[in-house]
Amino acid sequence: MSTPETVVKLAELTGKTQEAPFVLTDDERHEIEHEIAHYPDARAASIGALKIIQARRGWVPDGALEPVAKMLGIGAAELEGVATFYSLIYRKPVGRHVVKVCDSITCFMVGYEDIKKTLEQHLGITHGQTTADGRFTMLPICCIGACDKGPALMVDDDLHHDLTPDNVVGIVEAYK
Amino acid sequence: MSLEQELLVRPLTARVNLEAPMDIAAYEASGGYLAVRNAIRDLQPADVQAKVKDSNLRGRGGAGFPTGIKWGLVPMGPDAGTKYLVCNADEMEPNTFKDRLLMEGVPHQLIEGMLVAGYAIQATTGYIFLRGEYVKSAERLNAALAEARAAGLLGKNILGSGWSFELSVHTGAGRYICGEETALINSLEGRRANPRAKPPFPQIAGAWGRPTVVNNVESLSNLPHIINNGAEWFKGLSQGKSKDGGTKLYGCSGRVKRGGIYELPIGTSAREIIEEHAGGMRDGYTLKCWLPGGASTDFLMPEHLDLPMDFDSISKAGSRMGTGLIMAVDQTANMVSLVRNLEEFFARESCGWCTPCRDGLPWSVKMLIALEEGRGRMEDIEQLTKLTKALGPGRTFCAHAPGAMEPLQSALKFFRAEFEAGVAPAGTADADANIGLTGVVVNAKVA
Repeated sequence: MSTPETVVKLAELTGKTQEAPFVLTDDERHEIEHEIAHYPDARAASIGALKIIQARRGWVPDGALEPVAKMLGIGAAELEGVATFYSLIYRKPVGRHVVKVCDSITCFMVGYEDIKKTLEQHLGITHGQTTADGRFTMLPICCIGACDKGPALMVDDDLHHDLTPDNVVGIVEAYK
Repeated sequence: MSLEQELLVRPLTARVNLEAPMDIAAYEASGGYLAVRNAIRDLQPADVQAKVKDSNLRGRGGAGFPTGIKWGLVPMGPDAGTKYLVCNADEMEPNTFKDRLLMEGVPHQLIEGMLVAGYAIQATTGYIFLRGEYVKSAERLNAALAEARAAGLLGKNILGSGWSFELSVHTGAGRYICGEETALINSLEGRRANPRAKPPFPQIAGAWGRPTVVNNVESLSNLPHIINNGAEWFKGLSQGKSKDGGTKLYGCSGRVKRGGIYELPIGTSAREIIEEHAGGMRDGYTLKCWLPGGASTDFLMPEHLDLPMDFDSISKAGSRMGTGLIMAVDQTANMVSLVRNLEEFFARESCGWCTPCRDGLPWSVKMLIALEEGRGRMEDIEQLTKLTKALGPGRTFCAHAPGAMEPLQSALKFFRAEFEAGVAPAGTADADANIGLTGVVVNAKVA
């Protein structure tokens, strides 16, 4: 998964490459400035700024760190420290859709492992991997607050619950 | 019952509408924002603080610390300068799904609660620290904030009072530890979410070194009702079931008939919550044990079901009420597997700042996996028991690892036989494996 070859291959598949020099778009710059305005210190917009990059590019490429850190008035290494701490900031390319499967205690108790197995068999990947066609990445996620309707997962920003091995394939297949 | 009457009995959820939450006009028509309008016109900040202190509202994020006393540490007066009010909306405690209901179902109530709290401590700026996954909550809160701003309830010189308060939503990007008050402040400042040393307490030196109050969504949502109806009314909401006042958002999940959230008098028994409101266990399932309020609380047994669900009663029984959302465990669950899942969660979510937590939690996972797979040794059970002390209160930088030890120690206490069943028979290679001084279990699968 993390070998340089697979990263490059993923980048080709998803059309996201870090080979070309990274340039912040005017929109990204504008949105980050807007975020910064909410706080007494620009650094507080770190997570927001990384999310702005990720919303447009799918992930946070290496080249983004330097120009974004500059806007925030911190070092690129400090921003990398923030980027790698938070689980919803992706420092490697991900698929077009990220399937986040809740593995916390309640979902675990009512069938998470069957859901995970079904997805693994259907997609041919496990947590932390991306399908060869660049369509899906699978990740575990902390309790997503749907415990009374578990097992639950999110595809991108959408919450799906009351999952069964029978309905989960249809749910993810709706994401092209 | 009319809405007006319902608001007096179940104030937090009477207005909840998940399909289409009230806009500001509907909210105001039902008495919304009256609390803040009246408070600003008739009450001094100290009066608001006194009312909340008198109500004995205890923090609904899990710790149960009285909200009024928390506020009492904040420096007041004309020279106090910049102060922050932060709403902890980072709901990520496993088996907790109550704050989502309040934010998606009645977002204006939270904003009004923040206005009351902000006025009471004379905060200059507020943030709703919302977990990134709650996308619908963010949309609805932002829409409500725009309406409140347009109505002159946010911004400069609110309602001609001379008090100015800005409020915005700050969304996170994952990590359970962000819910810890001081880690949350670090995260808000754009740093890694490591907890901070206390003292100084955030009320003295919090966000950007300024006085900061962090309150939970449910705590804040209670405030308009306390201002409207008074401290005595609030105390009476518990109907004598608890010495604490108010209602509580309880919940139930697991293999019960009607899982969900129920607003009930605080001190309602766990039995009533599980058997009446959740409809009891599904056919074919029986209750084996239960978690009273999240992953970081001790398991309790069926014999504890008649306890009032309040902070003191559940503490006396050796657990914590926590968030008050019950997970009912049925007889099909294996306790070693459940605890393994819990400790995997805590190990993954450790921020890595202090050694007992960073290294102790993965070690517990290794031993639990060995026991789960029948490769464990009696020494593993002894070592797990020792870890519950070594990672317990006072041994770590924050409450993360001590919280992680709660379900483990109670599972060991009530279900020791299930752990012993995972010990490999004498004479096998697994039984002869040794734990090195570094805590690495020889032959064990690495998690």
